[in-house]
Amino acid sequence: MSDTLLEIDNLSVDYETERGDLKALRDISFDVKKGEIVGIVGESGCGKSTLISSILRLTAPNTRFRQGEVRFNGDDILAMTERQMRDLRGSDISIVFQDPMQTHNPVLTIGRQLLDIQHRSKATTAQKLETAAKMLAAVGIPDPQARLKQYPHEFSGGMRQRIAIAMALMSEPDLLIADEPTTALDATLEVQIIERLKELQSEMNCAILFISHHLGVIAELCDRVVVMYAGAVVESGDVREIFHDPKHPYTRRLIECDPGHIKTRARILPTIPGEVPDLVNLPDGCIFRDRCEQAFDKCQQVPALDKLKEGHFAACWLNHPEETTA
Amino acid sequence: MSNSRSELSIILRGVAKDPLGLIGLIIVGTIAVSAIFAAWIVPYDPIGMNIPDRMQGPSAAHWLGTDNLGRDTLSRVIMGGQVALKVALPAVFGAMAIGLTLGMIAGYGPKWLDNLLMLFFDTLRSFPTVMFALAVVALVGPSLQTVVLVVMATSIPTYGRVARTQTLTLRNSEFILAERAMGASMARILGVHMLPNIIGVLGVLAAMDVPTVIALEAGLSFLGLGVKPPTPSWGALLKDGYALIRQTPWLVVGGGLPIILATLGFTFLGESLRDVVDPKLRKNR
Repeated sequence: MSDTLLEIDNLSVDYETERGDLKALRDISFDVKKGEIVGIVGESGCGKSTLISSILRLTAPNTRFRQGEVRFNGDDILAMTERQMRDLRGSDISIVFQDPMQTHNPVLTIGRQLLDIQHRSKATTAQKLETAAKMLAAVGIPDPQARLKQYPHEFSGGMRQRIAIAMALMSEPDLLIADEPTTALDATLEVQIIERLKELQSEMNCAILFISHHLGVIAELCDRVVVMYAGAVVESGDVREIFHDPKHPYTRRLIECDPGHIKTRARILPTIPGEVPDLVNLPDGCIFRDRCEQAFDKCQQVPALDKLKEGHFAACWLNHPEETTA
Repeated sequence: MSNSRSELSIILRGVAKDPLGLIGLIIVGTIAVSAIFAAWIVPYDPIGMNIPDRMQGPSAAHWLGTDNLGRDTLSRVIMGGQVALKVALPAVFGAMAIGLTLGMIAGYGPKWLDNLLMLFFDTLRSFPTVMFALAVVALVGPSLQTVVLVVMATSIPTYGRVARTQTLTLRNSEFILAERAMGASMARILGVHMLPNIIGVLGVLAAMDVPTVIALEAGLSFLGLGVKPPTPSWGALLKDGYALIRQTPWLVVGGGLPIILATLGFTFLGESLRDVVDPKLRKNR
């Protein structure tokens, strides 16, 4: 129990809209152990962002937590006061956002911002500046002392994302949430950033919750993967298991659609036909049924997320042979 | 502290590079220096009468001539500059400080507070400045403080609205979300992260507002509602000159030219500042 850092237990989150409640997350359960890298994959609109903002409790005003718990080091985040929550953010839990061009204050120097992020520390300004320079060097920014005096617009996108990572890791957090940190960068930079993240992670031994829709990055970086579809977890397990032996049709199709997995030249890239269902008026049965080629009668009932073997869960009736033949 | 000083020198250097900015800087600088040292540089006592030398044209002794009581016009212009700045600076900075605070609270705070503050701003705005000034002066009598107060009250909404709009745009920007995600308190977000983004715009607005206030003070003094005679003011000079234009045209020149120059100077400076204060628009140097 003590090696579990973050536990999400049957979490359901709705957005109140004019059309009715949008069920953004339904019965999400997974956990992140200390020092582990967990990836979350899923297409746009599957609830990844809602999940992150729920963990940080920075949700939109129309968000309603319907059930479940988010426990961090055993404490329920959803029951904390705003004050406790603020102490947690930026010290024990940090986040790196998707777009590095937007995440820095445009009118303050990088040095000033790196100082400000250390507002909890009691060190002197000179010491804080030294820490800042050290952190910049650690994420691979050359000549950090001089760079501290520059403004964000004087850095390239890749550099800015490194600075964002430096800021997030400044407090040596237990959990780093990386919200598609490489989506806005080009492929070479992506590799560099991922390598750097991996190095820093093993140095600091912090857990990372890595959100991405790039399967290659997930496979490269993560220990475990959680596959989300339309606000629900459809499959989760060790990275090898998921990529070599996917047990949910959605995961299978996702892997087929990854350009990195396509060996032969094709005029038309594979896609998953259909659209994500309307989350205000949920269809009955399995959420993926409308887009699934292998759907059968049993799929009119919602499948549970079953444990198939140690460290591999999937929510699909196909994994129950007695149902298929019946 | 050294950081902000270098910031100031960067801004000043940037303004000086722009020809219009340089002109503005020179005019404003001259007015400021002459206003600060007015007591030492005036050639005559600005309120000392000298009836035998009344209503003279420009001469070596009186560069801008004298008025109907024989007072030296140049001395009165210089002293008038001091009065103008004494009204304009406190009024503008006071209005800016209050408007900024209220505007940021309106923009960042809950919706009901925003509505309340906007109602307050709109109420203040709906008074025409001069009518409002007339009413206040009628109630408490003309004085320098009254003018400062009236001008401040009527310009708070302008600053407040700009600060509110800026705050509203910024509060949903990703870097503010990033700050919140990093555990920054509301005070830290407003003070450290939003303020530097807003202050530049408001500073430019203030620089542009100074001539309006100077003109307003002159206007109120012209109507006899501003500073009390015999205190010299540009507006009072204009008023005297208007009455005596057939006898000596130099009073109007003495009162009007400084107002025109101050307006031009502050406007040039304001426009030049606008281009310089934004670090994104600053050229690499």
